Amino acid sequence: MGASELIAAQPSAGVAKGPVRRLLLSPPAVVGLCCLLLLLAGSAVNRNFLMPTYLLQQLQIAAFLGLAAAGLMTVILLGHIDLSVPWTITTGAMMAAAAGATYGPAWAIPAGLLCGALVGLVNGLGVALLRIPSMIFTLGANAVLQGLMVLYTGGHAPQHAATPLMHDLAVGRTVGVPNAVLAWAAVSVLVHLLLARTVAGRYVYVMGNSERAAYLSGVRTAQMTVVCFIACGMLAALSGVLLAGYSGNAYQAMGDPYLLPAIAAVVLGGTNILGGRGSYLGTVAGVVFIVLLQSMLAVLQMPEAGRQIIYGALILAMLLLYGRSAKVR
Amino acid sequence: MPEALLQLQGISKRYAGVRALDGADLTCHAGEIHAVLGENGAGKSTLIKTIAGVVQPDAGRILMEGVELRLASPNAARDQGIACVFQELSLVPDLSVAENIFLSRPPRRRGLIDAKAQQAQALALLDMLGCGDIHPKERVGDLPLSRRQLIEIAKALSLQPRLLILDEATSALSSEDVERLYKLLFELRARGVGCLFISHRMHEVKALADTCSVFRSGRRVDTFASGARSDAEVVQLMIGRDVAKSYPPKTGPAPWAQPAISVQGLSWRPELHDISLEIKTGEIVGLGGLDGQGQRELLLALFGVLKGVQGKVEVFGQARRDLAPHVCKQPELGIALIPEDRKTEGLILPMSIRENMSLANLPALGRMGVLSASAEHSAVARMVEQLRIKIGSAQDPVQTLSGGNQQKVVIAKWLMTKPRVLLLNDPTRGIDVATKQELYTLLRRLAAEGVAVLLYSTDYEELIGLADRVLIMYEGRIARTLAGDEISEHAIVASSLNVPMSVPNVSLNVSPGGREAATA
Amino acid sequence: MSRRSEWGMALRRNGGPLAALAVFALMFALFLAEHPRSISVAIVTTASNKAVLLAIVAMAQTLPVITRGLDLSVGMVMVMTGCLASTLVNGAPWQVALGIVLVLACGAAAGAVNGAIVVFGRLQPIIVTLATGAVYFGFALLLRPAPGGEVSEGLSDALTGRLFGVVPATLVLLAVLVVLGWMPFRRTVIGRACYAVGSSEHAAYLSGVPSERAKLLAYTIAGLLSGVAGLLLSLIALSGEASGPQAGLYTLNSIAAVVIGGTSLYGGTGGMVGSIIGAFVLRTIGDLLFVFNAPALWQPLFEGLILLAAVCIGAARVLRVRNRLELF
Repeated sequence: MGASELIAAQPSAGVAKGPVRRLLLSPPAVVGLCCLLLLLAGSAVNRNFLMPTYLLQQLQIAAFLGLAAAGLMTVILLGHIDLSVPWTITTGAMMAAAAGATYGPAWAIPAGLLCGALVGLVNGLGVALLRIPSMIFTLGANAVLQGLMVLYTGGHAPQHAATPLMHDLAVGRTVGVPNAVLAWAAVSVLVHLLLARTVAGRYVYVMGNSERAAYLSGVRTAQMTVVCFIACGMLAALSGVLLAGYSGNAYQAMGDPYLLPAIAAVVLGGTNILGGRGSYLGTVAGVVFIVLLQSMLAVLQMPEAGRQIIYGALILAMLLLYGRSAKVR
Repeated sequence: MPEALLQLQGISKRYAGVRALDGADLTCHAGEIHAVLGENGAGKSTLIKTIAGVVQPDAGRILMEGVELRLASPNAARDQGIACVFQELSLVPDLSVAENIFLSRPPRRRGLIDAKAQQAQALALLDMLGCGDIHPKERVGDLPLSRRQLIEIAKALSLQPRLLILDEATSALSSEDVERLYKLLFELRARGVGCLFISHRMHEVKALADTCSVFRSGRRVDTFASGARSDAEVVQLMIGRDVAKSYPPKTGPAPWAQPAISVQGLSWRPELHDISLEIKTGEIVGLGGLDGQGQRELLLALFGVLKGVQGKVEVFGQARRDLAPHVCKQPELGIALIPEDRKTEGLILPMSIRENMSLANLPALGRMGVLSASAEHSAVARMVEQLRIKIGSAQDPVQTLSGGNQQKVVIAKWLMTKPRVLLLNDPTRGIDVATKQELYTLLRRLAAEGVAVLLYSTDYEELIGLADRVLIMYEGRIARTLAGDEISEHAIVASSLNVPMSVPNVSLNVSPGGREAATA
Repeated sequence: MSRRSEWGMALRRNGGPLAALAVFALMFALFLAEHPRSISVAIVTTASNKAVLLAIVAMAQTLPVITRGLDLSVGMVMVMTGCLASTLVNGAPWQVALGIVLVLACGAAAGAVNGAIVVFGRLQPIIVTLATGAVYFGFALLLRPAPGGEVSEGLSDALTGRLFGVVPATLVLLAVLVVLGWMPFRRTVIGRACYAVGSSEHAAYLSGVPSERAKLLAYTIAGLLSGVAGLLLSLIALSGEASGPQAGLYTLNSIAAVVIGGTSLYGGTGGMVGSIIGAFVLRTIGDLLFVFNAPALWQPLFEGLILLAAVCIGAARVLRVRNRLELF
């Protein structure tokens, strides 16, 4: 029973509960409930909390985090991690602005996405072919990207502004709904369908559980790994493009504040950090939760110190609720 | 009369709906070597783990010399003088041999581990077991399985136990190692140490045991002095019904059969040397020989897992250099491999039966990469029915299934790809007799339908009963090919030892892996 | 077996740290050779002070990694204890001594909390320490909303200066930590338990190794060493500052240092000596670039490339693998 005992050390796969009860206790549901609680608590403090305009604005901000989290989730499902997201965001933003200014506005967004894809390709090759642990390779990649961007901008703020299209995408609205939210929704639908309903999506979960068994079953594991990292890179770059559009400009280290919240959102949403388990719906719920939390703390005018403490403590509390592994016996 | 050394009364243990032990009992005396026999799933390993403190029983009592004990952890068992040689080995790969042997209770000096004393004592123990060639500072993970088994035994002996438990401790040992171990166990017996061991090698049981207990379905069904029952009676006790293992009639390849796989001069240093063979469609070719002679590597080479393979491999007349698992399963080649370890290589235990079964043929269960849930469900249902797999629901995690049913899921997975060549790496290891029977029938039926089968088995009875031809491997080469009536126990054993077949008195005490009837 | 094969085994076992040591020796020699001003003790001391700070954080990261975990809060604990030190470690000698004890105790407590949540909460270390890191950083901000504070100048001079006029005091501190702390610890039962747990938790359980205690202790020691680093930081900077970027940078660099020093992220192997060498290598990269007059703008890129190259070197073994199953 040796191997199966080791397997049991991962979060328990099939807990025998009724289907309705399992749904209600599933991470996306729990997080969703916590989001509702946050909204109620926030509205107790400030009545504007529940107003549609405010909620839409929060969703808009959530879109930036959500795109990065979507890409990160794909990689985490594989059992890897991508620590180069911060500077991929920044690179995507800067390159988009630069391309827009140099080659014309139509080239901005494709250029940004292409950069993200290239970063993902390098990461994927390093992890899949050289078998370097993803944590350390993407860490190095992050440092290299920072070096490249510092070199490119000469250490100053980048000169090129975001193109009108970028701005429109980030800030504009269609039928009253922010475009950023629409973009996030479109990406989300795509990601969810890919993960839940396609062959490639199934392969991702299988590889996250056991790359060895996947390989011996004829899954092209190296190819899948590279594809997932490319997706993560592109989504991070897209997030950067939108962020640049939102603030009108790309700026140094603009991606740094997004890594840890993105990882937290993915894990809060029920994705196992070791890979192989998790639903995208949970990630979306996690992103919304974190954005609402940060916003509520801002509304409460909580100093940064208090925000950090509450943020960390809350994540731990929720994980202790549903993220625990079984005992190793 | 002195109290028995160890007494188990009414032990029960459940694992997620499976009753591993059901009111089991056992008595073992000091100075007695007691064999525990039974099929896989009979509860032997769980029983051993209860005594070793690894699992806690749901009910029942454990007494040592009349005193009731609660063995809440492996250390508690060790404190009582119980040492266990685990089947899956309790060795830590990154530590050295000496550190592993004294992992539980290292010699200490002034609060720190005394490395010199540890090394000296380790050397002494290794010498006693006849492996003085192992350096105590070597990293355990770098050593082959046979050495690691001996280190596991040394580890148990280092505790100077009152009761020594051996759970299939000799599966990879050479005949000399085994002989030396017998002597050691007899010495321990003379000193009043009790010994409990699980083995599937009847000759080993006959050579060692004073008493035998047979387990079936979680209970003890009989205890007798060694030799008091014939082999057939023992097998019947283990299975519970009179089942003579029967093999389907051999049909062999059709006269017009084409070669499915043709290999010339295949080499892969250091395991494989200049191998040439041919498997025709409709043929079941057996691969035999002692453990570790390259059989596993040959199968992996044919499936494209090894890098740097030299020589020519032709599949259905086409020379291929680019083999890899995802290439092999393409319809034009149609090669499938049932791997060695179903728990870590054949299956993904936490995932559902459905997800496991559909894995190899997933693209065919949908269109343009999008999965069709209904296609998947019906394909799985069809396979479950065809192979008669006993499941609750296809959504259950595959780890809830018994060993035999798990192996059926692995085979079902590959059958979905409609393979033309089937490579099997010891598929019936750890499987109950009824399932083995079904597998033999299945393999012969597939052969009759034109599939080429290459079957590596460590059970020579299987090779005799099932294979049209048997290739015996020795040190990475094909030592001999036996065909038709040439395939006999004597021939297989002699070839495995690379001894001329004309030598009459080849000893059968040395097991080349002849596993007995109903065992794992 | 012969003595020669014993040397062979020792060489193979310590291959990683030895390679890192060779690289460091080469780099430092280049640094000293090319330095515009002639080699002086002052230069070596400054280099040592910066390097030892990272080295201690890398030491902190080592034990959790050996147990097959990770501590993403080491930088935050360092900053938190640094801010605490800037409050407590001043005044009369007895106050300074008490302050030091409290600062170290704080670090150890933070580590113990990490360990307790990992062991008893059965959560993955990377996520636990991510969250606790935020909490510790919050505490740092509470202590020092703005940079400031005061640290005993006498102690600062002593620790950032030299012993016997030649040897940087920080190097002595490092040596003391290694010789009196790490080396005995390695040879204790619980020290070995850390390796066993990281190498195979199942085998460790079957062998009765005190796995839970080992993990708990690993994280507590990580916190304690982060506290030492925080104390040193406050003494070097003569103040306390709750700097998020600095905390994050030290955390990530500690992971890089551990890997460069030959410890595997999969646990079971490695040691603090390797991590120290890895930290020295990392630090010297920046110094080398300065000394070679690399244009300032190119320095971050070079640093990143060298880091990437350093971790890729370990990947060479992958090219030698001939049975692809071994890759998984």
